[in-house]
Amino acid sequence: MLSTLELKVTPFHERTSRLSVAQNWRRWAGYRVVGSYDLSLDHEYWAIRDRAALIDVSPLMKYVIEGPDAARLLHRLTPRDIDRMTVGQVAYTGWCDEEGKLIDDGTISRLGPQHFRLTAAEPSLRWLSMNAVGMDVRITELTDQVAALSLQGPKSRAVLNRVCKDKLDGLKYFRWMNTSVGNVPISVSRTGYTGDLGFELWMEADQALPVWDALMTAGDDYGITPCGILAMDMARVEAGLFMLDVDYTAAPHAWIEGQKSSPLEMGLDWAVNLDKKGYFVGRRALEREKREGSAWRMVGIEVEWEGLERLFAEVGLPPQIPSMAVRESRPIMCDGKQVGYASTSTWSPVLKKYIALAHVQRPYYEVGTSVLMEVTVEHHRKYAPAKVVKLPFYEPAWKKK
Amino acid sequence: MSVNTYDAIVIGAGHNGLIAGAYLARAGKKVVILERREIVGGAAVTEEIFPGYRFSEFSYVVSLLRPEIIRDLELPRHGLKILPLPSSVTPLDNGDYLAAWADHEPTRREIYRHSPRDAEAMDEYSRVMARAAKAIKPVLSLVPPDPSSMSVRDMLGLLRLGKYAKSLSEKELYRIAKLVTQSSADLLNEWFEFDALKGTKSASGIIGTFLGPHSPGTAYVLLHHYMGEIDGAFRAWGFAKNGTGGVTAAIAASARALGAEIRTNAAVKQVIVKGGRAAGVALENGDELRAKVVLSAADPKRTFLGFVESQYLPDEFVTQIKSFRVRGSSGKVNIALSALPQFTCLPGESPLHKGAISISPSIDYIERAYDEAKYGQFSKNPYIDIIIPSMIDRDMAPPGHHVMSCFVQYAPYDIEGGWDDQKRDAFGETVIRTLERYAPNIRRIIVGKQVITPKDIERIAGITGGNIFHGELLLHQLFFLRPAPQWADFRTPLPGYYFGASGAHPGGGVMGAAGKLAAHEVLRDWR
Repeated sequence: MLSTLELKVTPFHERTSRLSVAQNWRRWAGYRVVGSYDLSLDHEYWAIRDRAALIDVSPLMKYVIEGPDAARLLHRLTPRDIDRMTVGQVAYTGWCDEEGKLIDDGTISRLGPQHFRLTAAEPSLRWLSMNAVGMDVRITELTDQVAALSLQGPKSRAVLNRVCKDKLDGLKYFRWMNTSVGNVPISVSRTGYTGDLGFELWMEADQALPVWDALMTAGDDYGITPCGILAMDMARVEAGLFMLDVDYTAAPHAWIEGQKSSPLEMGLDWAVNLDKKGYFVGRRALEREKREGSAWRMVGIEVEWEGLERLFAEVGLPPQIPSMAVRESRPIMCDGKQVGYASTSTWSPVLKKYIALAHVQRPYYEVGTSVLMEVTVEHHRKYAPAKVVKLPFYEPAWKKK
Repeated sequence: MSVNTYDAIVIGAGHNGLIAGAYLARAGKKVVILERREIVGGAAVTEEIFPGYRFSEFSYVVSLLRPEIIRDLELPRHGLKILPLPSSVTPLDNGDYLAAWADHEPTRREIYRHSPRDAEAMDEYSRVMARAAKAIKPVLSLVPPDPSSMSVRDMLGLLRLGKYAKSLSEKELYRIAKLVTQSSADLLNEWFEFDALKGTKSASGIIGTFLGPHSPGTAYVLLHHYMGEIDGAFRAWGFAKNGTGGVTAAIAASARALGAEIRTNAAVKQVIVKGGRAAGVALENGDELRAKVVLSAADPKRTFLGFVESQYLPDEFVTQIKSFRVRGSSGKVNIALSALPQFTCLPGESPLHKGAISISPSIDYIERAYDEAKYGQFSKNPYIDIIIPSMIDRDMAPPGHHVMSCFVQYAPYDIEGGWDDQKRDAFGETVIRTLERYAPNIRRIIVGKQVITPKDIERIAGITGGNIFHGELLLHQLFFLRPAPQWADFRTPLPGYYFGASGAHPGGGVMGAAGKLAAHEVLRDWR
């Protein structure tokens, strides 16, 4: 069969493919999704930061975990304290192997006392099943059956209030609720991958198009804009959010120990509940790391513009940096030696700063440390002065309000 | 120090005054910025003229705001956001249009549709102009050295300038010499054939001047539009979030965070002079404020003829300021709309609605508009630069409604018989009638309109003559001649009195360089 050779298309493909002027497609978990609709990313990026951006995130892996032991499984699988999660809550989490190294990350939504939805970047059925041995739990993958839309930006709530049966004003940050659009039942979570006000909408794949259409119509007055994953990539760096396979390697994929990352190294201390009861995978290793301190940390890097300007001025040019996020490793130097590397760097239009997510060794990861980041100036490797800064780079007041 | 004693007083809370105040505060000085109106911003203000409809009342796009100011004052942290203006379009009389986008390919294809030759010429023209802009740009951030002075600093400055000029190729120098003397019509006729393309390009050469596209010197103003492109990622070209008032709000927030005090409803009556030095200001309300230094960010006429008694300034200087040309030549019509205007050439809602819309069908159209202005009339068929801010920033109008900003040229300050309500109405009507030719539904969807003549610019924003650049960008009013020979270094003949606004080097637009450079000169003299 030829079809297994082709990339899958999402339930929104009929709309997204027609709207895409750039026909710039990207692969995401076996699907073909829009990289950018427009020839430049400006319009889509600013939709995230100033209006409402509609992003097709259907390729996210989705699992439903049900049964008397559903909470027990997730409690064992992740460092989050699932016992403290109420129905209606969503939790972001990474999950680890026995050595406390990250396998993947995603969100857990508590749909009912014994009913959860887990999103993941990688296929996780096997890992989930292995950990469920002896448990009374049913794990179902719904990646293809559930379509997902992310509506991000300061106007996203106003748009949803126009189309949803229920008002979204009471929906708090990292909570979800059921409602409907027209006669399509959907669930809405106040989550996203942009660090702005935003929501993710979950619906049956075969009812996806009416939801898309309703949002586009209702959002017109608010400047709703279909947005590809390239603009989202810039926004997620500003929000200090990392990406599997770009900013860290999944432990099972690593060839060597040095490629693995722990959630503490990745700055997820707040999502590692070492005070929770009982065992979870990686607990001992993470406790040890917490005690002894991490060998390196994921930090924010802010390039000092004047310094960059000087490097370019030496060859008679104004600074030239890509206008999109670059997923390319760049050495971070200090005291004449390499002390880390930036895994994603981007120009931030909202901050007007050149920023990067970087892995930096102890003790250089302290906020305020002056470092150098490698840049290419007219085909020559140069080092631009930069600083270690706190993440996120950008957090608007309305994100959690 | 008492409450009314400061290190420095800045007159005027327009963008330059705020920037100067912020830099002085950043250097640890106790600063007060005085604003005549109840709001800050000067000509860079956003006001809700009709309930729910917000307008960038005067200045309406940001193009040249200096990157170092954005960084030094951390303006993004204080709320500055520049939203992109992705395109421009010129409606044609035959129902077609000429568009340009940020992306090169569709723009080229669009021009090709009208003239294959121009499509190719445009590529080279853009390169040549950008290179000339790159060559001339370093001059903009210099304090102009005085060519007649023998001071070490001026000599060094001239030497640097000379050395810099030497670094340019002969070809570049000729090109620049030509650009600063040519008319935009001559320049454009050398390159292009398509009328609407030439008309639209020439329009940017006359903005804020009292000249037509055939007047010499207008080519240089075209060059100004390429200056921003060199800033690359830092280019501040676009529409400021919350209107142009969003820019000054961010600068004011930064200035306050740095410790500057801003007083509104604080109109300055006079600069107090003690022992031959500026020593403070007297306000209209009778208050007196003392300071070591006074910096005016008002226009040159008010700065030197209004605030300072002429006995403290040399006669020659006063004469020069009196003859400084500040003739306003443009007006503004701000319109609140209940729907999106339907342009004949852009049915429905087009992406081009998010960009600039230019009524500039040909060079002749604009030159004719100028002819009327020369003889004291507003143009019957004016050049209009339109944007629909609500298409870019949805917070400018209620959902589904729109605001439209129309910059209109020519509207002479010295109109025959003087401006009155009737003439203002007639001017507004002329603009609506002109718009109707291209967007027939416009009149039906008007919720309210604000017509601003140069006289109104003077009255509301306090700019003498109502010229948007505080003084025309004419060759004899630029660089070391701005605002007067020997006084282009932000100092004035009155010790302790400084001048840093659009009427100083390097001139107008929401650029902020004058305010910043003036603050630096104040600090350099600080003892």
